[in-house]
Amino acid sequence: MATASTTQERAAELNVLARKQRSLWGDALYRLFRNKAAVGGLIVIASAFLIAIFSGFIAPYSPIDIPRPPASQMEPLWTGSKYTDARYLLGTDFLGRDILSRLIYASRISMVVGFIPTTIVFIVGVSVGLVAGFFGGWLDQLLMRFTDIIYAFPDFLFLLIIVASFRNSPFGKVMDGLALIFVAIAIVGWVGVARLTRGQVLSLKEREFVEAARSVGATPRRLMTKHLLPNALAPLIVTAAFAVPGAILGEATLSFLGVGIIPPTPSWGGMILEGFPFFSSNPWSVLMPAICISIVMLAFTFVGDGLRDALDPRMKT
Amino acid sequence: MADLLEVTDLHTQFFTRDGVVRAVDGVTFQVAAGETLGIVGESGCGKSVTALSLMRLIPQPPGKIVKGSIMFDGQDILKMDDDDVRGIRGNNIAMIFQDPMTSLNPVLTISRQISEALELHLKMDKSEARKRTIELLELVQIPSAKKRVDDYPHQFSGGMRQRVMIAMALSCNPKLILADEPTTALDVTIQAQILDLLKNLAREFRTAFILITHDLGVVAGMTQRINVMYAGKIVEKADTGELFANPKMPYTWGLLRSIPRLDESRKAKLVPIEGLPPDLIAPPPGCKFEPRCQYRRDICHEKEPDLVHIPNSKADHEARCWGTQQGGWLVDTDWRREIGDTQLIEAIKQETASVTTATETPGE
Repeated sequence: MATASTTQERAAELNVLARKQRSLWGDALYRLFRNKAAVGGLIVIASAFLIAIFSGFIAPYSPIDIPRPPASQMEPLWTGSKYTDARYLLGTDFLGRDILSRLIYASRISMVVGFIPTTIVFIVGVSVGLVAGFFGGWLDQLLMRFTDIIYAFPDFLFLLIIVASFRNSPFGKVMDGLALIFVAIAIVGWVGVARLTRGQVLSLKEREFVEAARSVGATPRRLMTKHLLPNALAPLIVTAAFAVPGAILGEATLSFLGVGIIPPTPSWGGMILEGFPFFSSNPWSVLMPAICISIVMLAFTFVGDGLRDALDPRMKT
Repeated sequence: MADLLEVTDLHTQFFTRDGVVRAVDGVTFQVAAGETLGIVGESGCGKSVTALSLMRLIPQPPGKIVKGSIMFDGQDILKMDDDDVRGIRGNNIAMIFQDPMTSLNPVLTISRQISEALELHLKMDKSEARKRTIELLELVQIPSAKKRVDDYPHQFSGGMRQRVMIAMALSCNPKLILADEPTTALDVTIQAQILDLLKNLAREFRTAFILITHDLGVVAGMTQRINVMYAGKIVEKADTGELFANPKMPYTWGLLRSIPRLDESRKAKLVPIEGLPPDLIAPPPGCKFEPRCQYRRDICHEKEPDLVHIPNSKADHEARCWGTQQGGWLVDTDWRREIGDTQLIEAIKQETASVTTATETPGE
């Protein structure tokens, strides 16, 4: 009898040792890294980050100073036309500035615009959604009616109105207009996250493990941060992965409409705007930033899709 | 010995669109330190709501404890502020929930969940809490506890999860543990193991238990006293032995008849209680069990009986029934003979007769 039980214990122990320990998040990460498109996207995003951080070292010329004498409207070298200049790989813009350098510096804008407003959006949205969903009652009513009001505006129109109306105020000039764009995107974006979080919390807080946590004396704050939020995280991460390219595209669109980043600071949207009048004679100055936007957007979309599949394997299409 | 828990005239109601649901309707009982009390009844009789009320865990709104007092260790839980109640939950009164598959947070490791109460109430730091967690897991007989503390709930089987829930409940050495149908979601062999474990732990730590179940078979070997609940009220209370030997309420008879027994002849069929518990928004005017009771008389419909001592029984045996009270028509009824279903009795009789004749025939 004694040997039997020890054998059993031994077997159980071996069994435990044989299993590779993997947490839920570790599992999700593993699935994400098996997804080739997502890994490709991650590589592109990481490169974009490196380029943004080290643009000062990579860029061959200044993105802002106009060279003397200017060689404007040069085409990329590979076109082989007579309007090329060996010094400028991707050609020059209408003021003779190196397009490659401007693209490299503009990646800084896109990266910060992608991540900083998204961070604000999530801090605000998740807090509001958690509190509203958890406490319910009049607090929920108050917060959610306010959220609904903002939600009712068409997203982009609202963004445009905010940016256009504060553009000429002192705040609009901070960081070449970047600060205003951060705030505007955050104001428009947090409502979606708040609603999503609230919905998650409403269904999660009825689950038994929340009651069990209550029964050991957990405070509301502990319940929200330790029990509800981690369980609501998966859909939020997916939303975040799609919010980042949304913000990048928002900035590009605003800049293209002339209400975004204040020139001469380069941004991809702004570069499209500057090149647009000369599109028929030199399409390259429009195409280059457009290609950059597309590549980054595509990369984020791949990563977002990969995350969605990784975090919810049941949703496989 | 002074009672650890003294519940007096507890009323818990839910205010819904259709009306007021009187889930717990004037319940009074006591639990002494180290004692095990069983609360038995069908689904929807207010057992779980009673347990949740004890810890003030009733969702509010729609629920509300409208009346009564819950004296725990000399303090009225219903008069405490939220912080004090939180100090009691998990620390002095702990709860084991019905379904271990859903009562553990899927994204936290086992060690994090058990440590929660330790960190909250005993102010342990991380490493102390971890050490104690491993001890607790060993106590509830989880093999290789050291290696399994960092597992997630999905890596545990149902029985092991219920062990984890028990470890959580034990973590702060509570004086009272409420076990709400602790074995209902488990299969029968695991049920027996878990019940054994609970019994040993109760003895070892001198913890008072309230065991809530619909299964009289579960409470039989576990508890010292039993309260039978029906429609939000206690309808019978007695020592466990007394209740099984000498039940005095037709509802309890019905519950006993519906348990399969190995020691009885195979011919004895299980007899279910017909019908469903009453709608607690508009309960019947008299005895709540009257509409389903085969022994009912007019008085049962007109007036509700009180919970009083019953003749021919032990001193603390009380029941809520007109029939078995002093001078009632059921005082001398032996519930074992009164199967009630006359057709069934006839069928059994005939069958027995045919068997005896069949065995006798060849002898002639």
